Amino acid sequence: MKSNIELITSEGKRLDGRGPEDLRKIRIEAGVLHRADGSCSLEWGGNKVLAAVYGPREAVPRHTQNPLRAIVQARYNMAAFSVEDRKRPGPDRRSVEISKVISEALERVVLTDQFPRASIDVNIEVLDAEAGTRCAGLTAAAVALIDAGIPMRDIPVACAAGKINGVVVLDLGKEEDNFGDADLPIAISPRTGEVLLLQMDGHLTYDEFNQAFDLAVKGCLTVSELQKKAIMQKYQAVAAEVQE
Amino acid sequence: MTIVPIIKRDYITKLAEEGKRIDGRSFDEYRKIEIETKIVNKAEGSARVKIGNTQVLVGIKMDIGEPFPDSPNIGVLSTAAELIPLASPDFESGPPREDAIELARVVDRGVRESQVVDVEKLVITPGELVWLVFIDIHILDYDGNLFDAASLGALAALSTTIVPAKRFEAQLPEGYPKEDYPLPMSEPPISCTAVKIKDFVLFDPCFDEEVIADVRLTVATDHQGDIRAMQKGLSGSFSKEEIQKVIKGALDNGKEIREKLKAVTS
Amino acid sequence: MNGRVIDFMPSEGRQVVIPGQILGEIPAFKAGRGTFIENKKIYSEVLGILNIQENFIHVIPLRGRYDPEVGDFVIGVVLEASTSNWMVDINAPYPALLHVNEVPWEIEFADTEKYLNTGDTILAKVLSVDESKKLQITLNDRNLFKLKGGHLLEFEPSIYRRIIGKKFSMIEIIQKYTRCRIKVGKNGRIWIDGDPDGIEKVLQVISKIENEAATFGLTDRIEQFLRKDAKDVR
Repeated sequence: MKSNIELITSEGKRLDGRGPEDLRKIRIEAGVLHRADGSCSLEWGGNKVLAAVYGPREAVPRHTQNPLRAIVQARYNMAAFSVEDRKRPGPDRRSVEISKVISEALERVVLTDQFPRASIDVNIEVLDAEAGTRCAGLTAAAVALIDAGIPMRDIPVACAAGKINGVVVLDLGKEEDNFGDADLPIAISPRTGEVLLLQMDGHLTYDEFNQAFDLAVKGCLTVSELQKKAIMQKYQAVAAEVQE
Repeated sequence: MTIVPIIKRDYITKLAEEGKRIDGRSFDEYRKIEIETKIVNKAEGSARVKIGNTQVLVGIKMDIGEPFPDSPNIGVLSTAAELIPLASPDFESGPPREDAIELARVVDRGVRESQVVDVEKLVITPGELVWLVFIDIHILDYDGNLFDAASLGALAALSTTIVPAKRFEAQLPEGYPKEDYPLPMSEPPISCTAVKIKDFVLFDPCFDEEVIADVRLTVATDHQGDIRAMQKGLSGSFSKEEIQKVIKGALDNGKEIREKLKAVTS
Repeated sequence: MNGRVIDFMPSEGRQVVIPGQILGEIPAFKAGRGTFIENKKIYSEVLGILNIQENFIHVIPLRGRYDPEVGDFVIGVVLEASTSNWMVDINAPYPALLHVNEVPWEIEFADTEKYLNTGDTILAKVLSVDESKKLQITLNDRNLFKLKGGHLLEFEPSIYRRIIGKKFSMIEIIQKYTRCRIKVGKNGRIWIDGDPDGIEKVLQVISKIENEAATFGLTDRIEQFLRKDAKDVR
């Protein structure tokens, strides 16, 4: 994974022109699909993800039902055409793992005990991929859950930080993910700061970890504002249009 | 499985007896069609098609490889469709079942048999190296008539596909163009689907109409007014006159849709 | 209606709130529907409209599945008939059970299909909801029966009260101008019977209410909309 590519200049300029603490451009829209109970379309840098929620509905098969609360089943999937070398359709081991960590993160904030025996199904499709798809996916899933009217403690949000050429930076882009030194995606409950998802690979000193973690949290809080704006935009647009 | 209430079924049929449909359209009228291309950066070609509330995203990926042993002098075209759980509460995750497979094969035949993509032009070194074109259909929102949305999406995506010669520079032989170029396409066939409810033939069925329909017919026609592909679906039946009615409607609607496609892809 | 009904207060701002948003503190306020408490603070648990009544803070959801409560008037679609009951879809996260004892007909053993079968639509009432959300409904009431003819439509259950209106004001206006018989299920289903133009008008109104649920002056705007090309009024 090491390389001699200069991913960041001594002045702190990255390959795409960003500074060390800059996020890629993010666009979020809630309620974009008609059949789904809730949905969200999210663009994050070159990533395009679509999230849809169905539920709560009776969990099937029967044996998966929890008599006390709902189960949250997130399914993360990458479209065959979303990556440079076409991906064979269907879940691979990476997708299964990502689906699991996202389900677990969401389960912590969804008020599941209001729906015993039910399942809340979250579908995340990556339509165009460019590093950071799991963060984009979880962030979109959160908005889709709200759009579906699912009761939650908070609105979870995810963002990654990493290290490139020895410098801790926010929101790794494609080359940075491929050739950088470390990648740390996290998801938090922005209100409480609780960490819902955490993965790391690469090489970080203890101090670098703290730096990267704090930076990722900062990124999460910025993205959180964008999620809220997207939701309010949908529901207040009508109010504005109608007020004389 | 979503059960259709008898009341709804009866209401749609009653309206049909009066020459009406639940969304106010006439029998051979299509819903609003929107076509957008170049949606996915990673794909060599892509298009998003909306017909009413039905939404489909088609991505084209290309690779180079060996031709099929029984057809060494043509490129490879492969079509797959995914009815992803995102699009409907009735779609389950898992390997494609018969609906997805039928959809993929019908779209594939439409593209292949019409030779809209000239597979002979996809040959790099005869018998050894050819371009592989993968058409992946992703249903995003299901409100009836996936056949037409998917076909249109595939054509729109192919029409704006750029062959990634530059990426495969190292593997291409001497003399073969090493710069990207548009995928050579000829006149596209347009697929039009109708369903029959009682004795009434309705074009571009929405979800409610499709669910109660007895039988469905998809007809693909070309710019010369000839028929290139047909597929009957569901377990009802058509009379010859009804089939002819569908073909006429497919020709008329096909012309309009072809204009729309041209407007977006030229 | 039961004691937990929340009426809209037209003079209050229609403030839209989101999950995790802080709304007030205990003991100055009390936590009502759609909220949860953490560290003596009251938060919204859903996307909804803030409604404060006698220092109870409620959030009325703008979206979400129907949440059945005993006594709710619902429109159900029969899924299947078994020997001593029917399973009915009432647009909730769970199907509801209708027992042969809960219908006004004398049913011979296993004759259930003769009376109600898959696809039939009924006007029913929620009889019971247990802790694991197992639901039972009943048809034992003069106001409850099998529906025939007309058209069936689904709407966002969370706008039920807007369709009914304060003291039935909205639903009465709709019936007056469209001359349709209308039954509105709390579970987000509406049955309409009348001439095609009337039915079409009702569909347009429901769609308008769905889009503008979070706004002021909706009842007046709907009346204006209906009055525009209404024929004579009943």
